[in-house]
Amino acid sequence: MKHRPFWLSWPACWLALVAFSCAAAPYRPQSGSEVVTTVPLRAEAPELAQLRRRLAASPYDLDTALALARRYIALGRAETDPRYFGHAQAALAPWWPRADAPPAVRLLRAMLLQSGHQFGAALADLEAVTISQPANAQAWLTQAVVQSVRGDAEGATASCARLAPLTDQLAAFTCLAAAGVNTARIVPAERLLEATLARSDGSPSELRVWALTVLAEMAARRGAADVAEQRFRAALVLAPRDSYLLGAYADFLLDARRPVDVLALLREQGRIDALLLRSALALRQVGERTALAAARDELQARFDAAARRGDRVHLREEARFTLHLQGDAGAALALAKQNWQVQKELADLRLLLEAGLAARDARATQAALDWIGRNGTQDVQLAALVRQAKARQ
Amino acid sequence: MNARSFAALACALFLCCLPARAHKPSDSYLTLRLDGERIEARWDIALRDLDFAIGVDGDGDGRLTWNEIRARHDAIAAYALARLQVDSELGACALSPQGEQLIEQHGDGAYTVLRLQGRCTARPARLTVTYRLFADTDAQHRGLLGVDSGGAMRSAILGGDRPRQVVELAWRTAGQEFLAYLRHGVWHIWIGFDHILFLVSLLLPAVVVRQGRAWNGVAGLRVAGVDVLKTVTAFTLAHSVTLTLAALGVLALPSRWVETAIAASVVVAALNNVLPVVQRRRWLAAFLFGLVHGFGFAGVLAELGLPRDALALALLGFNAGVELGQLAIVAVVLPLAFALRDTRLYRRVLLPGGSVAIALVACAWLAERAFDWQLPPPFGAA
Repeated sequence: MKHRPFWLSWPACWLALVAFSCAAAPYRPQSGSEVVTTVPLRAEAPELAQLRRRLAASPYDLDTALALARRYIALGRAETDPRYFGHAQAALAPWWPRADAPPAVRLLRAMLLQSGHQFGAALADLEAVTISQPANAQAWLTQAVVQSVRGDAEGATASCARLAPLTDQLAAFTCLAAAGVNTARIVPAERLLEATLARSDGSPSELRVWALTVLAEMAARRGAADVAEQRFRAALVLAPRDSYLLGAYADFLLDARRPVDVLALLREQGRIDALLLRSALALRQVGERTALAAARDELQARFDAAARRGDRVHLREEARFTLHLQGDAGAALALAKQNWQVQKELADLRLLLEAGLAARDARATQAALDWIGRNGTQDVQLAALVRQAKARQ
Repeated sequence: MNARSFAALACALFLCCLPARAHKPSDSYLTLRLDGERIEARWDIALRDLDFAIGVDGDGDGRLTWNEIRARHDAIAAYALARLQVDSELGACALSPQGEQLIEQHGDGAYTVLRLQGRCTARPARLTVTYRLFADTDAQHRGLLGVDSGGAMRSAILGGDRPRQVVELAWRTAGQEFLAYLRHGVWHIWIGFDHILFLVSLLLPAVVVRQGRAWNGVAGLRVAGVDVLKTVTAFTLAHSVTLTLAALGVLALPSRWVETAIAASVVVAALNNVLPVVQRRRWLAAFLFGLVHGFGFAGVLAELGLPRDALALALLGFNAGVELGQLAIVAVVLPLAFALRDTRLYRRVLLPGGSVAIALVACAWLAERAFDWQLPPPFGAA
């Protein structure tokens, strides 16, 4: 259509550009040598390719399927890239829907269900595996982690106790410390874990990272910022790309109002939604409006994309986004409550309380206070919110 | 600027300029557009997933070039189509690729855009879509389906343990169809600057009459009204005829000629107010030029696409919409012009000056359209 006034078409184009900034019109690349996109390198993983070929030739070969699924789960965790979990699940396809799948399949299935936040189904598998293979340390550990996420400190502690005779002492003690992190046992647990870590020079690096992260979070909870900082940094030396660690350290920095450090820390982590959210929160603290608007649009687009495929794994991030970056307390509280049905970690508790306070919802606030009272949860940031909530009563 | 704020700015700019591609689960986006029994589909599939499933990165360097992608277009289409089945309640709706695949950037990287076309045996009431794309390589892949049959848009999530979905189609009723095209017609007049200026050029002299070398106001609104009625009716009749003929494919003219002629018609109509040639028979001029404008409207309608099973209704609706749009302009311009007709401002400034301004703008369009020049925004109409 040729005859259209510029004053109508320009605003329209501009609006369309803003609305679909990530999805412009389809185009034809200008030249044949133009690089359109990048894909993971095949050459980096010849073993993976070999396993794939073997499984393609005999898809019911359990050992090959397990080996391939384990590789993909490890890759998915290392890269924080959920596509690998889809590949792992596809490798397990012949056994996936079966209630009587072999224990090794059920353990991997539990890990994949956990990554999709289907904690109930994951626990059902883990229970079955721990009954049929009581010496399976990985199963007890995974079970403890899922129980902790669900707020079942008792169950998690019991699972960690079963782990003790089966594995490294550091693993068992870190497991116990993480399990009791939301209870009044936190102070002795921190001392015990610190002492154990000091004696565990020979433990594998990923275990030390986990212990250091748990220790750093414990120090942050009691307001010992210097100790926490030192432990976060020690962990980062060992695992500079661990997305959980980066998120935890970023949260610590945000609480300390050190947004510039957050931006520097997460500069290359924008593809991971939870870390982009932390960068956006840091931009808000800095007062960088333009970049904040871009990050906010990008996050909204990602939440929308997840919602379109029916995913609910973003609830915690979406609640935090809605509360702090969109400023919609009512919607944030609804999300925080839904999230609380699924996850009950410190971050979820804090969100429930923050959103409850912001929305002036006495019932939600009281539910959070009751939970804290029952469990003896200790955290300096939480304590400030509790004081605020009690002052309102 | 201190070091701290500089660091913040640097980081912020980095975030702003390089929106990192998200890590997300795999999705494809499948849109089916139904027009009666005909289907047009667009299917965006991530190149990363295609590379994983069938290999696109020919030299294995992790960088997908357009050449590497193009070389796999046939393989991609065959792979994807073998994993998609669309059935109506009356049987299969065969789909086949249409045109070259293009590229689209989504939040998590580049996608190939596969266009498909096909037809069902008759206009379906519901579609059953069976989707198995990447089912064997990525069990968490989903196909996000949108179905547009004119009425409400339907959507579904395909894949996983629900590879087959039944979508009840919402067709537009005759009334909705008519109203939709009516709105298009009104909208087109509203954004069609050249039609507005043509009409205004015809309306400006309707409230005055030429006596010697001077303009005098007409006696009553009735005189002006009759003149406008004749002009607008002639314009309407003429463009309805050509619009219908062109929409039905009986007559066709190259759009550049049509656009150029429309620009010329505006120039002539405007200049006629400054150096009057046609006065009493302005309606005849409106009729002749209306024929040209009708072809212009037909071009718009061709872009919108006409529903095959409600062709007459859509044409009628569009025409009625154009009429309503015109009447709205008349309703605004005529009373104003009538009220001002006896003032010096109108006869000495607005009528000649406005007409010259219109002629100048239309001359710019004429140059642009006839010689395919690109004029800067204040003059360019495109």
